[in-house]
Amino acid sequence: MSDTTTTPLAGVRHLRQQLRDLASVEAPSSLLAGILTTAGIADRYFTLDTPLGVTYIAYNDHGLSAVRRPDSAAEFERSFRQHFGRAVYPATEPPEELVNELRRELRGEGRARIRFDLRGVSEFERAVLLKALEIPRGEVRPYTWIAREIGNPRAVRAVGTALGNNPIPIFIPCHRVIRSDGQTGQYGLGGPEAKRTMLSAEGIKLDTLEQLNSEGVRFIGSDTTHAFCFPTCHHARRISPAHRVYFRSEAAALAAGYRPCKVCRPAVGA
Amino acid sequence: MITEQTPADERLCAALVRHLESGFEQVVLAYQHRLYGFALRLSGNAQDAEEIAQDAFVRAYRALTTYTTEQTALLHLRPWLYQIALNVFRNRVRGLRIAETPLDGKDDEGDSVALHLEADAREQPERALAAAESERALAGLIAALPEHFRIAVVLRHIEGLSYGEMAALLGLPTGTLKAHVHRGVKLLRASLESLESQESRASRELHDAASVSEVG
Repeated sequence: MSDTTTTPLAGVRHLRQQLRDLASVEAPSSLLAGILTTAGIADRYFTLDTPLGVTYIAYNDHGLSAVRRPDSAAEFERSFRQHFGRAVYPATEPPEELVNELRRELRGEGRARIRFDLRGVSEFERAVLLKALEIPRGEVRPYTWIAREIGNPRAVRAVGTALGNNPIPIFIPCHRVIRSDGQTGQYGLGGPEAKRTMLSAEGIKLDTLEQLNSEGVRFIGSDTTHAFCFPTCHHARRISPAHRVYFRSEAAALAAGYRPCKVCRPAVGA
Repeated sequence: MITEQTPADERLCAALVRHLESGFEQVVLAYQHRLYGFALRLSGNAQDAEEIAQDAFVRAYRALTTYTTEQTALLHLRPWLYQIALNVFRNRVRGLRIAETPLDGKDDEGDSVALHLEADAREQPERALAAAESERALAGLIAALPEHFRIAVVLRHIEGLSYGEMAALLGLPTGTLKAHVHRGVKLLRASLESLESQESRASRELHDAASVSEVG
């Protein structure tokens, strides 16, 4: 301590001023995020490599809340707030358990137990999304199938909208829902091209599917079991070429005396 | 004593009533620095202060989720938040951790003070450094005060609460509180004076040593 500190520290007035000065403290920037995320009114996010490239993943105590592909972190934070009405902050460290689950899911290693925060979606949307979750990796189903399975066979367009608004694409596999004519259809996370990328990454042979489609084939049956399936159903894929029977419609298959496969349920059982 | 709800708190309460989640974010933005500062003065270190402030706000939010619209609208936010922070602090002291408060003034909190003074330092490095040192020393001495004096001094002289607000918050008569503040300030002055004389003795010795070596 040298001549610069000759100001007397004591003296009541001076002390009071010094005490008042102590009030001007800046809280660390981590405090706001810590409070809001602990209170459950803000989410955390991290980025993850997926077949579509760098993807932003948001989560909270309820589970995954959003999956998006913005141009930047700032864009993600802005669009998240706009859509969900709450803030999202970068995770101080990515939650290891969750990241491992997501990676397992992307590699197709068994059924991951990922939880989803679907509080913001309607009852109908929830039914659609949960149904999409039932479609196994490497398989696709038409929009009409979802509509029928959730007991709303005529709501095909609404099913498309609900899937388009899927807040958690990739992990709720809306990309596995395609048009009845075999066209891949729209995809919220980057258009039809991204959808094809996802399906290819999961082992779907898009060429084969398009070939069948161009020939008007919708279902494949087995002349030994007399069951018919969607072409990507793992039962259909097991039928040897010699025993394959191709159908253009449910009606044609049913008329030929075939019953719908119990696993992929291509039609309401007779 | 019933104090008036301030216009700022009235606006914040209206925001809470409109939409609890976004309103609460505004409350945090408005009060985070004050509550953190309060926790920092009580606990004497930055890490405890952040934990206390976070815990206090989260408790406040959970309480708000159970309040009726009317209860929320009429809330006196400022004393209410201080009260919660104080309870969190006291529970921690009573419970697991008793914050270590080194008397030399070189506590953990030095970092945040240094950060806070960074802008000043660029303009007037020497004065800023001296100010930071005396501020740090003072913070250390406050943290070393007996708890009830510390709480009274911090609320009155740092946070600027009125005795009426303090009485409502602490549940003690204003006379008692005035005595606590008076005693606390007196203790602070005494420790500052002893710190000062230690320092001047040290610098005199240093000076003497230097002149000796010059002569030698």
